[in-house]
Amino acid sequence: MKSVEEIKSAIEAAIPGAAVELVSNPSPSGQHSLRLAPECAVAVAKFLRDDAELALDFLSNVTGIDWPDSLEVVYHLYSVTKKHGPVIIRMHTVNRTDQVELPSLTPIWRSAEFQEREIFDLFGIIFTGHPDLRRLLMWESFKDHPMRKDYVEPDDFEYEPTAHDEVLKRAQAHKDREQGSGIREQGPTTA
Amino acid sequence: MSLTEIKNEKLEGWNRPARMESGGDGELLEVAMGPHHPSTHGVFRMDVALDGERVVRLKPVFGYLHRNHEKIAEGQSYLASMPYTDRLDYICPITNNWAYALAVEKLTGQEVPERAEYLRVILGELTRFQNHASSIGFLIQEMGASGTPLMYAFREREKILDLFEELTGARMMVNYMRFGGCRVDASPQWLDHARKVVAALAGFVDEFERFLATNEILMARTQGVGVLRPELAVNAGVTGPMLRASGVNYDIRKVDGYGIYSRFNFRVPLGDHGDVYDRFMIRILEMRESIGILQQALKDIPAGPVMSPTAKIRGFRPKPGEAYGRIEAPKGELGFYLISDGGSNPYRYRIRPPSLINLTILEDMCLGHDIADVVLIFGSVDIVLGEVDR
Repeated sequence: MKSVEEIKSAIEAAIPGAAVELVSNPSPSGQHSLRLAPECAVAVAKFLRDDAELALDFLSNVTGIDWPDSLEVVYHLYSVTKKHGPVIIRMHTVNRTDQVELPSLTPIWRSAEFQEREIFDLFGIIFTGHPDLRRLLMWESFKDHPMRKDYVEPDDFEYEPTAHDEVLKRAQAHKDREQGSGIREQGPTTA
Repeated sequence: MSLTEIKNEKLEGWNRPARMESGGDGELLEVAMGPHHPSTHGVFRMDVALDGERVVRLKPVFGYLHRNHEKIAEGQSYLASMPYTDRLDYICPITNNWAYALAVEKLTGQEVPERAEYLRVILGELTRFQNHASSIGFLIQEMGASGTPLMYAFREREKILDLFEELTGARMMVNYMRFGGCRVDASPQWLDHARKVVAALAGFVDEFERFLATNEILMARTQGVGVLRPELAVNAGVTGPMLRASGVNYDIRKVDGYGIYSRFNFRVPLGDHGDVYDRFMIRILEMRESIGILQQALKDIPAGPVMSPTAKIRGFRPKPGEAYGRIEAPKGELGFYLISDGGSNPYRYRIRPPSLINLTILEDMCLGHDIADVVLIFGSVDIVLGEVDR
């Protein structure tokens, strides 16, 4: 199989203007990756899948990562026909608050469908071009993204069956916080 | 109108999510199958829209067993997540342990001693055997053969769980593997016991196959049902017996040769049609191959340590970096993706769950079939909700 550098030059030769950056991995695993600019990601992904020599027809794993200043998605690609891999591509958002859109690769590989939904749900990355972008694991009315590093767990007070002073105090604080933040205005819905 | 015709008509591209229009008067019945439906293998829901008895839409709904395993693992040391991986696919805890240990070993560059590799293969193949046996048992149960075939499978599974208990102290929540080896060594008595159990397994597979493979009802209910084409299977990331039932030769034991699998002589069974029957048959054939691997491993297992003397089990801090380790778990490709920032906890801990990703094409397989077939198609995917929802 081609090395990461060779894949990078192959992409740059096939797609003029594609911004590809090599991300080296100092760990003993030696799995280096390619960072793509989101604008060209779909074209690059299509090239990686359809190129006769690379033939990365199998997208195995999609991971969301919450870094201090941006959100990132990592795709692990393999080839079923050529039996090689992994080729790792990654994209990151501009920031982690208001510019969190990334292009969806579901139109290229169906296996991203549920995994991108999961990342949308747990990290809050919005995948443009995804055919069915809904929450996957949390319920629809849930606000917030539990896998983010700064996620604050709800201070649920319900686990103690017999309410006494301390529990009642926490329950009141919980109620105030819920009303203030708008998280969990309504309970789980059937949707 | 056959299923393929419907699909080709309505699809814009072959890998787009399938759609189907109602052929009747436009009135659809919407049924929520689950989360309490006995055929959903746990708490899982399918929102099905029916035209008469025919499925025209099917949306899986997840999350009933979600406990954010990945987040919990970010808050504790690498070792502390090992017992928690048992709870992912709780039918096959050994392979979950293995995939996680493999990823950490890649991240830290640790070697595994020979004997430990053999023990991993032995336990891994026993796990695969009991998973396939019980998944066939459940499938037949869902077909209406209540109890008996499932109990035949569970009888064998019980013998294998006894072996696990003898070695690890637990039937299911084994917490057996460590980074750089295994937790305890197998005694000569255990190996003898394992040889005895393995010697009896072939008879069980023969019996199981004779009872089921040419059964008229089973054939009528499963052949041509839930066909999955190979191109779509690859594109949708389907792995494991489901992918091979569609005729795609991709077994990570052969492709990656992780551990010591490249030493064993075994074949990769492939299906022709990719229907429910092929998925059933592939599991029977894989059980036979597992027995072959088990016999070779139990014959060749060398003496020696089961933990590498340089292994760091607890309190280590991997260098910043990342690693993706994957194995051929009984349900498909199980992978762990770990990112270290140099701390004692993983910065990111991601599980690639085969059960969830194999469900991506559930709707595509079910469209146009009767609601009764949905139960079989779903059963043939072989999922465990502990892994789907994590």
